[in-house]
Amino acid sequence: MILGQFIILGAALFSLGVYGVLTRRNAVLVLLSVELMLAAVNINFVAFDTYARDAVAGGQIFSLFVIAVGAAEVGIGLAIILLIFRNRQSANVDELDLMKL
Amino acid sequence: MLQLLATANAALLATEEGGHAAEALSDGGLLASMAWLIPVVPMVAAFAIVFYGKRMPYKGWDIAIAVMGFEALYGTALLLAHIANPIAHDFQIEIARIGSMPIEWGWAVDGLSIMMYFLVGVVGFFVFLYAKGYMEGDIRYTWFFASFTLFAGGMLVLVSAPNMIQLIVGWELVGVSSWLLIGHYWEDHANSSAAIKAMITNKVADVGLFVGAIIVSMSVGSFRFSDILHAVETGAAEAPTLARYAFWAGLALFIGAMGKSAQFPLHVWLPDAMAGPTPVSSLMHAATMVTAGVFLVGRMFPFYLTEGFATEVRSVIIIVGALTLFLTGLIALVQDDIKKVLAYSTLSQLGYMTAAMGAGAYTAGLFHLFTHAFFKALLFLGAGSAIHAVHSNNMSDMGGLKKDMPYTYWTFVIGSLALAGIVPFAGFFSKDEILASIRYASGEFSVADGGGSLASIVLVLAISGAFITAFYMARTVFLTFHGEYKGDGHPHESPRIMWVPLVGLAVPSAVIGLINIPGATEVFTKLVGGREIPVLDHHAESFDVAMLLAGLAAALLGIFIGWRIWGPDKETQPARDTFRIPLLYPLLENKYYIDDFYMDGVIRPIRGPVARAINWTNGYVLDFIINGAGLLAMSVGKVVYWFDQRGVDGAINASGAVTGAGGGMLRLLQTGKVQQYAILIFAATVIMVGGLVIWF
Repeated sequence: MILGQFIILGAALFSLGVYGVLTRRNAVLVLLSVELMLAAVNINFVAFDTYARDAVAGGQIFSLFVIAVGAAEVGIGLAIILLIFRNRQSANVDELDLMKL
Repeated sequence: MLQLLATANAALLATEEGGHAAEALSDGGLLASMAWLIPVVPMVAAFAIVFYGKRMPYKGWDIAIAVMGFEALYGTALLLAHIANPIAHDFQIEIARIGSMPIEWGWAVDGLSIMMYFLVGVVGFFVFLYAKGYMEGDIRYTWFFASFTLFAGGMLVLVSAPNMIQLIVGWELVGVSSWLLIGHYWEDHANSSAAIKAMITNKVADVGLFVGAIIVSMSVGSFRFSDILHAVETGAAEAPTLARYAFWAGLALFIGAMGKSAQFPLHVWLPDAMAGPTPVSSLMHAATMVTAGVFLVGRMFPFYLTEGFATEVRSVIIIVGALTLFLTGLIALVQDDIKKVLAYSTLSQLGYMTAAMGAGAYTAGLFHLFTHAFFKALLFLGAGSAIHAVHSNNMSDMGGLKKDMPYTYWTFVIGSLALAGIVPFAGFFSKDEILASIRYASGEFSVADGGGSLASIVLVLAISGAFITAFYMARTVFLTFHGEYKGDGHPHESPRIMWVPLVGLAVPSAVIGLINIPGATEVFTKLVGGREIPVLDHHAESFDVAMLLAGLAAALLGIFIGWRIWGPDKETQPARDTFRIPLLYPLLENKYYIDDFYMDGVIRPIRGPVARAINWTNGYVLDFIINGAGLLAMSVGKVVYWFDQRGVDGAINASGAVTGAGGGMLRLLQTGKVQQYAILIFAATVIMVGGLVIWF
């Protein structure tokens, strides 16, 4: 059952990403973990596309979109992190508590 | 105006043809149908003075005098039209209903009411003229004229009444405005007591009026005088209910008349009413108020005269009248206050009118009312003029005013001679007519057994009354105007606004008696006889020579003795001033102890227990109720307080506390740490997705 293995891999990878997002202090690593989650989603897209034998290969095309958007997101995210670092000499997310009332 | 001319023309024709034959009664045309103005104008004006008087150039006097001028003119016009061509008509407008009996407002235009319109208008006009001078500088000047106008207006409502209800309304209007006027100087306790005394004495009598009015109206089934008197005219057999209660109804109505016309023993309020300003006394004693009772008897006269109705009451009336005229005349002899002398004199003259009414002499009684109004108003105004000059009411402060106050002196003398009944002044003719009527009654009186001898006694009292009248008037004139001045300062003649009315009233006082010389000029007889229901009274066709001589002799004797005692020169003045009539003096000085009897015998025995009963009721019943209500309110208050504090406040505070605590707890979630938020979001997502999965 080839689909199950892919789903498990996607789930594991997603969980790893979630864990990284929630636990890493460094903003860059948080961003990296978000990329892991995106990768897990891509695996699911491709796996289900293959499994359903989609004629237009929608899943694969959508995963390419996700990769493109993810690249753009990483670009913006890194730029924000760079600016935060410049202003505060730190990329530690724990110190970014300006949202606290 | 055209109407007037037409009436006058018709009258001329009538006199040429008719002479004394009963002329046809007319409805009076426009002049009579507009006569509603007579009572309405002063009532409206009284309120106009209250609201606008102070802004007028003469502070309200101008409105009042304009109204009285109108009344005098209208009264004179009606009088002339009536003499030319007798008017007798009732106008009635229904304003409400009691069961099947309509309550109406209306105006009667007949001989009796026209005579009163004329009297109130003319005498009132002079008195109002005089009042401007007398009341000058009074603190309640405008208010005085407002209530004075109301007083005259109330009397006009009374005399214009064509039914019992309106009569009572006018009666009470006169009562309340007299209360206002007698108590005009209410700062002095004695004056407000006098006002209350007048009010209460009249109220006692008013009970009689109400009872009589109710009995008469209910038995006839109508409040209208015309219906009542028609019922009387048809006879006792046709109106059995009225005939059955006639004695009590007649007596009750007469008790009402005794109050307003101040008959013994309800006369006590009138001398005290002197507390009011002199113009008030003048009008009250002349044309308004005290004439109301005689007017009522005159209005209901056929009821007292027709066989089978209240004829027995006439013996009561004549006795009351005779007692009043004799006893109150004696009191006038010992009074030092000049206004009180005149007040007791009024009582005495009212006694004459009442006795005449009782003797069945409608014309004579009303004629004396008519002439008396002029000379008594004159005497009061003259006395007021002297008081104005001397600043004291007491004759012991006056004396010798003759040379300083010529107008007052001569007019006062004319008034005194008219009152004393000296030929040819007004009082002579009217008093002579009364004496003649009483003498006639002593022959004819068939009212009760011994009625003739009753009238003979009354006749003796009436002739003695003529003597007493002349005696006290001589005393008043000599003590006031002759001898040495005994007061302070130097008296001056009153201003022109005050002596012109004196002259104006002196003229009719001197000559108005000539309008009703028996057998010669019968103007007044025809005047008051011009009524819808003919009044069948005895009226002498010629002089009763014996009575004429007796009355005149009594009056001259009175003046002579008065002159002997108080007239002579100044050497004996101290002796004269201290002269006291022996034996009678203590009795008269204390007014027969009637006031004391009322106070100690009637008022105090009633007042004490009543006061105690009220005090007890107040202390135990009312206080109990009030305290109970207070206690109840307090306990209810406690419950409400508890509920408010614990219930309402608790709920509000609790909601506040819960919100605060909730906020405190939720505050902990707001760390500002992105990852914690992310955990929460993730956890929530997991829970929701997990829930969805489990659900489906």
